[in-house]
Amino acid sequence: MEPILEVKELSISFTQYSRGTMQTELPVIRSLSLTVAPGQVVAVVGSSGSGKSLLAHGILGILPYNSHRAGELFFLGQPLTQERMEQVRGKEMVLVPQGVTYLDPLMQVGPQLWKGSRDGTHRKRSRTALARYGLGEEVEGLYPFELSGGMARRVLIATAAMEQPRLVIADEPTPGLDARSARRVLGHFRELAEGGAGVLLITHDLELALTIAHRVAVFYAGETVEEAEASDFAEGRLRHPYTRALWNALPQNGFTPIPGTQPGPGEVGEGCPFAPRCPRQGPECLGKVPYMEWNGGRVRCLHPEGETV
Amino acid sequence: MNHWNGRKRAVILLAAALLVLCGVAAAGALAADQAAATDFTRKNLAPSPAFLFGTDWMGRDMLARTLTGLSLSIRIGLLTAAVSALIALCLGTLSATLGGWADGAVSWCIDLVMGIPHILLVMLLSLAFGKGFAGVVAGVALSHWPSLARVIRGEVLQLKGAVYVQTAEKLGVSRLRIARRHLLPHLLPQFFVGLVLQFPHAILHEASITFLGFGLSPEQPAIGVILSESMKYLTTGKWWLAVFPGLSLVGVVLLFAAIGEQLRRMWHPASVHQ
Amino acid sequence: MKHRLIFTSKKLLRMALLLLGVSLAAFLLMCASPLDPLQTNVGQAALGTMSQEQLDQLEDYWGVNDPPLQRYLGWLGDFIRGDMGTSLLYRQPVGQVIGQRLQNSLWLMAFAWVVSGVLGLTLGVLAGANRGKLVDKAVRGYCLLLSSTPAFWLGLVLLVVFAVWLGWLPIGLSVPIGMDAASVTLSHRLYHAILPALTLSFTGVAGIAMHTREKMADIMESDYVLFARARGESARSIVLRHGLRNVILPAITLQFASISEIFGGSVLVEQVFSYPGLGQAAVNAGLGSDLPLLLGITVVSAAIVFGGNFIADLLYGVVDPRIRRGAARG
Repeated sequence: MEPILEVKELSISFTQYSRGTMQTELPVIRSLSLTVAPGQVVAVVGSSGSGKSLLAHGILGILPYNSHRAGELFFLGQPLTQERMEQVRGKEMVLVPQGVTYLDPLMQVGPQLWKGSRDGTHRKRSRTALARYGLGEEVEGLYPFELSGGMARRVLIATAAMEQPRLVIADEPTPGLDARSARRVLGHFRELAEGGAGVLLITHDLELALTIAHRVAVFYAGETVEEAEASDFAEGRLRHPYTRALWNALPQNGFTPIPGTQPGPGEVGEGCPFAPRCPRQGPECLGKVPYMEWNGGRVRCLHPEGETV
Repeated sequence: MNHWNGRKRAVILLAAALLVLCGVAAAGALAADQAAATDFTRKNLAPSPAFLFGTDWMGRDMLARTLTGLSLSIRIGLLTAAVSALIALCLGTLSATLGGWADGAVSWCIDLVMGIPHILLVMLLSLAFGKGFAGVVAGVALSHWPSLARVIRGEVLQLKGAVYVQTAEKLGVSRLRIARRHLLPHLLPQFFVGLVLQFPHAILHEASITFLGFGLSPEQPAIGVILSESMKYLTTGKWWLAVFPGLSLVGVVLLFAAIGEQLRRMWHPASVHQ
Repeated sequence: MKHRLIFTSKKLLRMALLLLGVSLAAFLLMCASPLDPLQTNVGQAALGTMSQEQLDQLEDYWGVNDPPLQRYLGWLGDFIRGDMGTSLLYRQPVGQVIGQRLQNSLWLMAFAWVVSGVLGLTLGVLAGANRGKLVDKAVRGYCLLLSSTPAFWLGLVLLVVFAVWLGWLPIGLSVPIGMDAASVTLSHRLYHAILPALTLSFTGVAGIAMHTREKMADIMESDYVLFARARGESARSIVLRHGLRNVILPAITLQFASISEIFGGSVLVEQVFSYPGLGQAAVNAGLGSDLPLLLGITVVSAAIVFGGNFIADLLYGVVDPRIRRGAARG
């Protein structure tokens, strides 16, 4: 089946002043590759500050003006250029952002959903979408500050659902919600995928991601270090030492913390960014590390766990 | 990498602007005698290569008068801006650190001073200090602090609430040390930019108040005096009496404003991305 | 509703206190002045033409021997009863002088206020929505130039160009020289107000435009504008639907805060054009140490400024749903 979204070696960098009048290029995302198939939920998991949101912005073509994007993107098999992004975003490709600050604070929910269109079809579609998430008509007359956290999240999902998208990009849709509401919100994304859309779920929460994702891409210091099936985690079929460390850090798996900190943008050399914290590192890890097929998934490591098949 | 980026351009512009301002101030001081010299054989000359800015009804060289006036303006501007910025720093920090009624009192004073239209306030202050040089300096210096004081107050309040400052406090670091190590480095750039941005206002208000007759005495070749006197001669077509001195004043104020604006942008945290 | 009432009355009380403070501060400043109101500044000539009764009244009013505070309380008592004293220069009750002058100035200031507000908002929104582009650079340069130009000099230049060189517009005053007050028509007044109003409008634009630009640029970087872009809204729609809506609140504050600036500008502009408004009266009062008049003008102008801030606060409550709805529920 043709994938909905294909990202190949995407990199995003910023131009900025480092010291005084010196200008440098600061890479935030370096080599990011992933694939989303129809009906699939792919989770991109990485800790905060690893540049995950920029991935969403890069795919939608809404990066800030001082940034630079390189690498190849394909949407429904066609190259995804800036022009195409502008054509498809908000229609075939939608974003579900983090929280209520993404709604205009001075505009009622209804007009925001209708995007300024006055015709009846938009109203009907938004009403159906709201109803789908248990929100009544009266919500259209509310201002964002009158929404509870859970309601705001459902309104944001409704903005996506009313468009019949092929790709849904969810950027940290759960923080601030209690475990039950968070699972409910994630359930809505699973529904969207069951309807045939591809869902790209960007989150820092591996545990929650595993409850709905089919595939997981692990993100570290601007790179994807591993792509795995969700079932690989429970079955212990992991590849990259960082994925292993993330898994072990979960409460039910021993709560083992990883020593050290993730390097920030610009603090990474040519070699593996995880090497300084890695139990399996060797001198060769300072050189270039390829992203390769390994054990049914993909990994960027010279000493991965498990056997090649 | 790009060798000719915005910041490098800004630094060169800054240096050039400073050089021009120093040059004007020095030239004005040197031209003081020439500015006062009358010569009735060359009255009311329109601008010419010999007298670029023309001469007035007493045959005085308008270029020399303008330069002297500008240099006076620059000196008064520096003095008053420095005094009012210092007042702002003291009151802003005090009100934010002491809090309570002191904060209330300072805020009330800021509202009060901002409630009186600026020119009117400078007029009142200048009257209270007996007009002339003292009046102008006091008037401009004592009326320009509120907006900067408000900025500094907000800044200090924000810093006080910052996690690292609160942590330092809990760790028992002395208040003086916190102020020196954590507050000052953040406050100084803000303060300095505020100070520089006060210059243009100070110079304009000095000129305005002198123009109205509350400032420097008519014997001094201040720009305000020159322009006020020129009004009598404009209807008879002696446009150069007003146009060139005013244009030079605009030039000087523009330089100060541009310097302030560049500094503000360079020190603004978001400017690293530009 | 109760919420709003308490809020409003609190604001009113604070305003009254501030006004009291302004009058006291202005009074003390005048007392501190080494320039003796009776001798040096009313001028020997003026004193000479006064009757003994007027002199006594004056001495009584500014009772040189009374302590300042007592004199202030005396003034305050009269003020509350609606008596602001008698102007030394115009030989009329201060209230009457201010009333007449304010009428003249109001034309000028209202025009400049509206024009500079609309122009400033437009330029600011344009620049902020196109940050870093050519429009933005042009607006920024224009504002920098404008804010570096003294209002009175701009007035002088416009005077030279339009009145002296081109001869299109009159040199000054609010009515033709020597014309009978009865035969002055509205068109005369408008004709004479064009140049001062134009000058005054120019000066207010820079501040409003620059501040609006800053707010607009912040809005364009906000989460909700990012999301609007992600949802495929066009740049035009984003500026019109989200930008304008959110810039309106700061714009209200800016617009009403600019009253003070417009008033200050009017003092200078009226002086340049010999326009008989409140500003000119303030300058005359200051130069002639007409203390009752100067005090009156200060208090009235401060009242106008505070009144503007108050209206801005009230408008906020009407425009901002967070206050409007929040208060309705709370």
